[in-house]
Parts: sequence; C-alpha cells; structure tokens
Amino acid sequence: MEDIEHFEKEIQLVDGTGRRLDGRALDELRPIKIEAGVLKRADGSAYLEWGDNRVLAAVYGPREAHPRHLQNPSRALVQCRYNMAPFSVSDRKRPGPDRRSVEISKVTSEAFSAVVFTEQFPRTSVDIFIEVLQADAGTRCAGITAASVALADAGIPMRDLVVACASGKIAGQVALDLDKEEDNFGDADCPMAIVPRTGEIVLLQMDGHLTEDEFDRATKYSMDAAMRIYELQKDALRRRYAVRALEEERAEPGVIQ
Amino acid sequence: MDSSAPPKRQLVIPGEPIDARGLKPGEGTFVEDGKVFASQLGIRAEHQGYVDVIPIGGRYIPRTDDEVVGQVVDIGPSHWLIDIASPYPAPLHATESPWRVEFGETSRFLEVGDAVLVKVFNVDETKRVQVTMRDRGLRRLTGGQIVEISHSKVPRIIGKGGSMISMVKQYTKTQAFVGQNGRIWIDGEVGDIVNAVRAIHMIDEHAQALGLTEAVEAFLEGIYGKRGA
Amino acid sequence: MSNEVIADLMREHIVKLVQSGRRVDGRGLEETRKLTIEKNYIKTAEGSARVKLGSTDVLVGVKISTGTPYPDTPNSGVLTTSVELIPMASPTFESGPPRPEAIELARVVDRGIRETKTVDMEKLVITPGEKVWVLFIDIHALDYDGNLFDAASYGTLSALSCATLPGKMVGGVDQQLPVDHWPVSVTAAKIRDKIVFDPHLDEERVADARLTVATDENGDIRAMQKGLSGSFSYDEVRYVISTARRLGNGIREIVKA
Repeated sequence: MEDIEHFEKEIQLVDGTGRRLDGRALDELRPIKIEAGVLKRADGSAYLEWGDNRVLAAVYGPREAHPRHLQNPSRALVQCRYNMAPFSVSDRKRPGPDRRSVEISKVTSEAFSAVVFTEQFPRTSVDIFIEVLQADAGTRCAGITAASVALADAGIPMRDLVVACASGKIAGQVALDLDKEEDNFGDADCPMAIVPRTGEIVLLQMDGHLTEDEFDRATKYSMDAAMRIYELQKDALRRRYAVRALEEERAEPGVIQ
Repeated sequence: MDSSAPPKRQLVIPGEPIDARGLKPGEGTFVEDGKVFASQLGIRAEHQGYVDVIPIGGRYIPRTDDEVVGQVVDIGPSHWLIDIASPYPAPLHATESPWRVEFGETSRFLEVGDAVLVKVFNVDETKRVQVTMRDRGLRRLTGGQIVEISHSKVPRIIGKGGSMISMVKQYTKTQAFVGQNGRIWIDGEVGDIVNAVRAIHMIDEHAQALGLTEAVEAFLEGIYGKRGA
Repeated sequence: MSNEVIADLMREHIVKLVQSGRRVDGRGLEETRKLTIEKNYIKTAEGSARVKLGSTDVLVGVKISTGTPYPDTPNSGVLTTSVELIPMASPTFESGPPRPEAIELARVVDRGIRETKTVDMEKLVITPGEKVWVLFIDIHALDYDGNLFDAASYGTLSALSCATLPGKMVGGVDQQLPVDHWPVSVTAAKIRDKIVFDPHLDEERVADARLTVATDENGDIRAMQKGLSGSFSYDEVRYVISTARRLGNGIREIVKA
C-alpha cells in the first residue's frame, strides 16, 4: 500500500475552484505521448506515456497458434498478456502474473477480439504483449491504447483502432482520467474502451459508487477524451510511416540469374 | 522514377473511410453500411477497377505466383515444410519438386536448414498455402547470404522494371534474387556481398525518400568507380 | 537462447565473412555496437537505466526498501537480482517461470555486483542484526538482438550508479547508494577459430563458444563466464581478457557519465 502516514488527515482531491491535486480541471486529460514502431524483433510495437504511466506494447502475429489444441480452425485467436514490471510501482511487485494481471489480460484480449478480422487467419494467434514500465493508475487504458497502435503497426486487419480511457468520481464529483492518488482515495473508477468510429464499447469495468446520472457524465467525459486520444494514435502511426512519395505497385517477380 | 514528383500518397489507418467512387472494394478494405473503409495500415491504391489498401509493415501474406526465399523447417515422408516468413509455413510436396523422390526419401534431397527458392501456387480461403519448386530458376540455394527486409519495401528494392536491383548487381557483380516475402538472396565474392547488402539496407531505410536511386548509385560508384568504366 | 532455425547458408556465410575479418553488420571483429544509456528512466524505481546496445534493449530497475538481514549475515544488506526475458523481446521467449538462460544471466550479473563489492553489502546496514537496506535488481529485456550479458550488466551498473537510498524509510534524507567499483563486462563469441566481440543475434546462433569477462577500473579481472558447448584455448582466453580490458575502458566512460 501507499505511504499512509502522509494521508492521516483528510486529503482534498478537489479544491474550491475545481482544481485537482495536480492542477487539472475535472475534465482534463493527463499529457499523452505515443510512438509507433519502437522495437526491432516484434512485428508491431508502440511506446506510450500517459501522465506518469509508461507502457510498451508489442504484437507478434498472425503466427501459428501453439499449443495446437488451442488453435481455432476457423479464426485467429487474440491473446493478450498484460504484465507489470517489478519496478513499475512504489512497492516492488514480484515478477510473474498475479490475479489482477490475468484478469486485465483476459478483458483486453476480449476487447481486441471484437475488432480484429480474426476470420482472415484461421489456426493462428495474434499475440499482444503489454508491459507496464511505470504505473500511475490507468495502466490498462494506457496499455490498450498502446496495443491498438502496435496492432496497426503489425499490419493486423481491424475494423478500427480501439481507444481506452477511464473516468470516475473524486470528492463527490465526476472526473476524467484519475491518477494514482485519486484512484486510491476517490469514490469510483470506470475504465472503458471504445471503437471510435462506431462508439461501440468493447471493455467496461467499474468499481465504487455512481448514480446513473454520474455514470452518464463519466461516460461522456471518457468518450470525448477517447476521440482526442484517437487523433494521437493516428498521428503516431503517420509519423512512423511518413510517406511523401511512393509508388506502391505490385512488384514484378524477382530477377534470377 | 524518383526524379519526377509522384502523387502524394496518404497513409490510411484501419477504420478510416476510403474514397471508393466508381471502384469496387479490393484488398485491405471492408464494407460497412455501404461505405468502404481501410482494414489495414497502408497506402490507398487503385488497380483494375478496384480500390485497395497496400499494407505497410506487418507480416508477408502469400499470394499465388509469388516467388519467395524460404527455409526448410521440418520434413515428412512425402513433403517438406517451408518457412516463408508468413503466418503459416508452407508444405512443398515431393511431387512439386524437380526430383524423383521415393516415399520416405525426402531428406536425401532437402534437409532442415536448407534455403530454397520456391513459388506460391495455391492459396485457399483458409490461407493454407502450397509451394512448388518446379518452375524455371527455382532451386535449393547454396552459398551467398540472405537479407531480410520488410516485404512492403520489395517494390523499392526491385525498382521500376528491375532497375534498382539490376544496378546493385551490376556494380557489385553479384547474383541476387528478391523474394516477394522480403527475403533477398545474394551471392558473389564475400566483399561484394557486403557492399550489396549495404546498398539494400540503404534502400530499406530510405525507401520513402526522393532521389534514392541517385544516392544508391553514388554510394556504389564511390566503391567501384563509374559503371562500365 | 534462440531456438529459431538459422539457414545453413547463413551460418556458412557468417563463418566465411568472419574468416576474412568482417561481420554481417560491417563491424570489425573487435568492434562493439553503439551503446546508449539513459539513467533515471523510471520514477517508481530508486535507480534505473535503459540500455541500448545496437538493437538489444534492456531496462534495469533497482528497488530499495528496508528489511531484516539474513540470519547468517546479520551485518550485511540484502541483494537479489532477477531477469525477465519477456515474450515481447523475442519470438523465442515464452512467458512462464525463468528458463536456465535467464537464471544464468541473473546469477552472473549478481556475482558481478556482489563478489566485486561494486556495492559493499556491509555498508547497507542500518541496525546490525535488525534492519538493513534490501536491494532488488530487476532486469527486463525488451528487445533481443544478441549479447544480453553485456547489455544487462551495463544497465545494472548504470542503475546502481544513480540509485538513492530513500531517506524517508529511516527518518532521514535521501543518500546516494555507494558504488565502489566499476566492473565492465565484455562478451566474445568464438566462431570456428575466430573470435568476435559483442556478438549480435545471428552470430550468437552460430557461435561454438562464448566468454564474458569483466574487468575493473584497475585492469584487474573481476568476473568470467564461459557458455555454449565449444571450447577455448588458453591463448584465446588471454586474448579475450586483454581485449575485454581495452574495450571495457571505453565502455566504462559511457556507464559512468
């Protein structure tokens, strides 16, 4: 747990003027930076900073699914492994998956299964790896946002990118994108992942206490923010593949001597 | 050619709408509510009445008639399994080889670790692929080196009408085969192979740049002197 | 470490090239790849460094807390080193418990710090027999293109060199972790009868034997590890030692910066 000694007295997450501990307004996102194509071995990759979160996402695939008994004869599997590095949190985390990581891996795999054209690659697996290098709450949203870019970078066919963002409630008020302290001492947190083009929700979790009206407002915050983050994802991909002039025709067969 | 100014090509992102007026949806696209969208990261292109998205990056996806550089990864009594850098390894049946192979005798002709030049001749709806070695020029490769680049750079390495790779071969006096799967086989004197590989890496890194052909020629000239001199 | 099949003709080509004093990436036999080190890369760690050696990319985090000493060493701090070869770094790395390669790497790096007294464990005592500083070194391979031994070792030394002992755990001020020595490891691979330094991935795959030598700022030998199933002659070992010393001096400047 955190250095609880600090917080014996009641901590004010939102001040009288609606400013949060880090100076943000209730509907303000932490700064986000995304870079596509950062690793050599992986088929696709992306690095993302979101506030003090730092995550690395990598994709291998489509590749033959192993073990063979897991293969699906009519579609590709989408398998995600979310993992936190031991040094990513204040109290060192022991290496290896814990129950939280396993759960996040599962819901993330399911989110991407909803957009990947899995029927184009039967018997294979699209393997997504999300590694949290530094954590400050919202790592699953950061991971999903980065993994979408990595999937596009890997050339995996999809209906759209997926964007994730969380909103919650702090000091009784709905707020966008909670950081670690707000998540620890706030009243609710609700991470969500959407398909930006259609607004479909492919990941939804919530803990805490929200009225229906608060949920509607939180969702609006998240979805509006998601559209802004979507632009950052596209921008990262465009920068990686800055195309000025290129004739991409079907090439003639190689010349043999 | 490099020196003229080809039209600006916009990168499209999965889920982005594509202008498909008067065209049918081709590869790398999908249709939803009557509108066409990109399913892959790539460049929009038109070809024979279709609008396609040519993928940038990602794995090589085999197409019929592609000639590729592969590697034997497994052997059965009547076939070999060839890794062609795509999601599925491709079987090469004994009947598709240039030899007369008795049942169980496959390892006499090709072993695990051998590099081969093969052609994709059958891709079915489930993306199962078969390859053949029965066409002209296809064979087991010996000697030389294999370089791997992104398959999407292959057109640039080959160049218009084969001009780019021909130039590299002429200067370095090497043989080369550019597989559609992004694997390139080069053979010749060891030092010349090193220079050819450097030229290929140059093209791979700067594929989007204008004036690339001139830059590569200048690099090769710097080592070998003027062509035909 | 890599089980991927390498085409025989590539194996022959690398051997032929090396015989003529050249390498596939254009380096000389004694030349090491470009090394960049970013210290203090992770805020949640007490010390950290991200190392890129060519395309091999390793992130090392040092987490420091307080705890009880081991009963048989009451006047010594506690140091544990672990390595995670995460699946995103190579298609040949699988998730699961550490493989022998990861364990060997962790133990070699650990000895390189502990036995060399790079960090003097006896300086890490707070109250003898009761309370000592506990160090966890976590080595996270992000992208594997050969020579994890050296990348991990440079990362570890760099991370330790910028680590602070958190004052708030002992009611005092932050202190620099004392680093007393600077052992730098250099790895060589033997390909037939030729020796190359800082082997990249393909060279590792065709190497017959591997030797890692760590030398300190005085030119003395502080650690050695031989790997793979081939052998070295005594003259070859002496040659690797003297070259490792020379190359190590240059690398030490980069690590200490």
